[in-house]
Amino acid sequence: DTSLAEVNSFLPSVPLSPSSMTNQYKFEDEPELRDLFITVDDPESHITAIETFITYRVVTKTSRGEFDSSEYEVRRRYQDFLWLKSRLEEAHPTLIIPPLPEKFIMKGMVERFSDEFIETRRKALHKFLNRIADHPTLTFNEDFKIFLTAQAWELSSHKKQGPSLLSRMGQTVRAVASSVRGGAKNRPEMFTEMNEYMETFSQKINVLDKIAHRIYKEERDYFNEMKEYGPIHTLWSASEEDIADSLKGVASCIDKCCKATEKRMAGLSENLLPILHEYVLYSEILMGVLKRRDQIQGELDSKVDALASKKTEKDLFSEEIGKLEDKVECANNALKADWDRWKKNMQCDMRSTFINVAENNLHYYEE
Amino acid sequence: VLSFRAVESQSEGQCVPVDSLWRRYSEFELLRNYLSITYPHIVVPPLPEKRADFVWHKLSADNMDPDFVERRRIGLENFLLRVASHPVLCQDKIFYSFLTQEGGWKEMVNETGFQLKADSRLKALNATFRVKNPDKRFTELKHYSDELQSVISHLLRVRARVADRLYGVYKVHGNYGRVFSEWSAIEKEMGDGLQSAGHHMDVYAASIDDILEEEEHYADQLKEYLFYAEALRAVCRKHELMQYDLEMAAQDLTSKKQQCEELATGTVRTFSLKGMTSKLFGQETPEQREAKIKVLEEQIQEGEEQLKSKNLEGRDFVKSAWADIERFKEQKNHDLKEALISYAVMQISMCKKGIQVWTNAKECFSKM
Repeated sequence: DTSLAEVNSFLPSVPLSPSSMTNQYKFEDEPELRDLFITVDDPESHITAIETFITYRVVTKTSRGEFDSSEYEVRRRYQDFLWLKSRLEEAHPTLIIPPLPEKFIMKGMVERFSDEFIETRRKALHKFLNRIADHPTLTFNEDFKIFLTAQAWELSSHKKQGPSLLSRMGQTVRAVASSVRGGAKNRPEMFTEMNEYMETFSQKINVLDKIAHRIYKEERDYFNEMKEYGPIHTLWSASEEDIADSLKGVASCIDKCCKATEKRMAGLSENLLPILHEYVLYSEILMGVLKRRDQIQGELDSKVDALASKKTEKDLFSEEIGKLEDKVECANNALKADWDRWKKNMQCDMRSTFINVAENNLHYYEE
Repeated sequence: VLSFRAVESQSEGQCVPVDSLWRRYSEFELLRNYLSITYPHIVVPPLPEKRADFVWHKLSADNMDPDFVERRRIGLENFLLRVASHPVLCQDKIFYSFLTQEGGWKEMVNETGFQLKADSRLKALNATFRVKNPDKRFTELKHYSDELQSVISHLLRVRARVADRLYGVYKVHGNYGRVFSEWSAIEKEMGDGLQSAGHHMDVYAASIDDILEEEEHYADQLKEYLFYAEALRAVCRKHELMQYDLEMAAQDLTSKKQQCEELATGTVRTFSLKGMTSKLFGQETPEQREAKIKVLEEQIQEGEEQLKSKNLEGRDFVKSAWADIERFKEQKNHDLKEALISYAVMQISMCKKGIQVWTNAKECFSKM
């Protein structure tokens, strides 16, 4: 039961050395204490007889002892990222695994391999790996290490070693079944609060995402009209003598405003839009994590109920129940700690992203 | 039906009793038509637009909209001020009674008989004719007025579209206000910052209304010169008409002189039906010829006098027209420069407001 073993290593009830505690706490705030640096860049398209796909270069620099080398360079495709994410979710069902960019975007006419789409995806994949690297538990995950370091053939053979598709499907079926049976029944108050929070947060973040996109669109439409506005003044100045200079002056100012608008738009698309989108995906992930916790609880509850009805085989059951109780406690603690961490990060991200928006607007008006 | 009150406190060189009376838009139109016909060499100030044009979506195209009515009122006032400050037009009696005489003004205007001149002039202005020796200055001026009309209307159209888009950008930010407020309800540490930032987003969204309202006045200033361009063009056309008239009269005179000469000397230099018939049916008697020559000589004398006076008229027209055109040019350059400056000032003020709002918002975000 590997999942139980890994969760155990994170039990907050086990006294942690002061230094490791500060390491955990400072992971996000102080990048100087980081010992793992990852970049995702250089998208390349590969064309085979069957398919066309993009690979990204993943460069890792580290000073950690458990890595054989201090620098790695590998190429990974989107499928590989999907694999990593699902492995992490299996290993840590109640930890908040960062979101991956979507498979494809239905809205709009973004082609699957348009430059814009690839760049957006690349940035999101970069974020994904760095969020994992910053996570106190996930950063030490074995599959993560293999993802960063293994050559292509090594990775594919390692992938095949994991639990088979069939057994994973079996797990999912059981999980769904147990959720039907409940788990919300004995849910601690704290997690009900989390659920309520997430429902509202999810709503609001989705609306914010839409608003931000709408603003971007309106700014782009404004920019398109402004582009035509300046040259008219230049045209007019050709018919005039006295006021020709004034008109040309106005034309050049309008053109400068155009450039400032372009900058402002770029600021939005580089900063606010990706962050809001990431948190839209995060809200789905968090709802999923809360459900999984409920499922784990549900397993325990159903065994407890079964025990209550069967007076015999009490000993067998109680050992199983003991294990499940531990499992639930670990899951709850892991989630609680990760939730607090996530909230702090969210606050930080929102704060800095909105400050960035305000600053962009200030620069725009100043220009 | 809307009426406007004309209140004139003083006009050039005359003491006018402070008086007020009501005038309809149609009466303003009548006044302007009268002035245009009576002073064809003057670039007559234009009236504000009858119908709302160059609107962007928030502005209603409704003529009864209070904002439109107010702007039209200002435009009409501006028209009267322009006329009153014009060295020639301000002396006109009809203008004076427009401001002072309540009843019977319309009849007074019609009694001047300007309508007759108006009808024939209008027909002539709209007709196409070719002038053999056009005055280059007037031709250039006509081209300029065409260019001015075209460029200003293009500018106004695009400005309206830009205003529309700008409105959209500002107003969508207002949605932040509501969402921030709702979101702040579930947050502990972030709540206050979000809430107050949301308030500033509302302020930002609301600020666009005043900004664009002010810009409408700038648009109106440009519109005035859009319509002035038409008035300028009309003066050029009138000159063209005079020139054409002159050329026709000169042509007529020349042909009569030729006819006379031919009859006197008996040589037929030009083909004429009369000449052919006389060849076919026999020549006229000397008495008949004498009579014809006499008639022609009278006509020629008349024609020469007419030509002289037309030439004089033309020269006078050109002189006074150019005087007014120079005056108009100076006024136009001055006004347009001022308008551009005020537009720039408006933009600066808009940016200052933007800086203030976003500085406040940034502070709130920092507290999150």
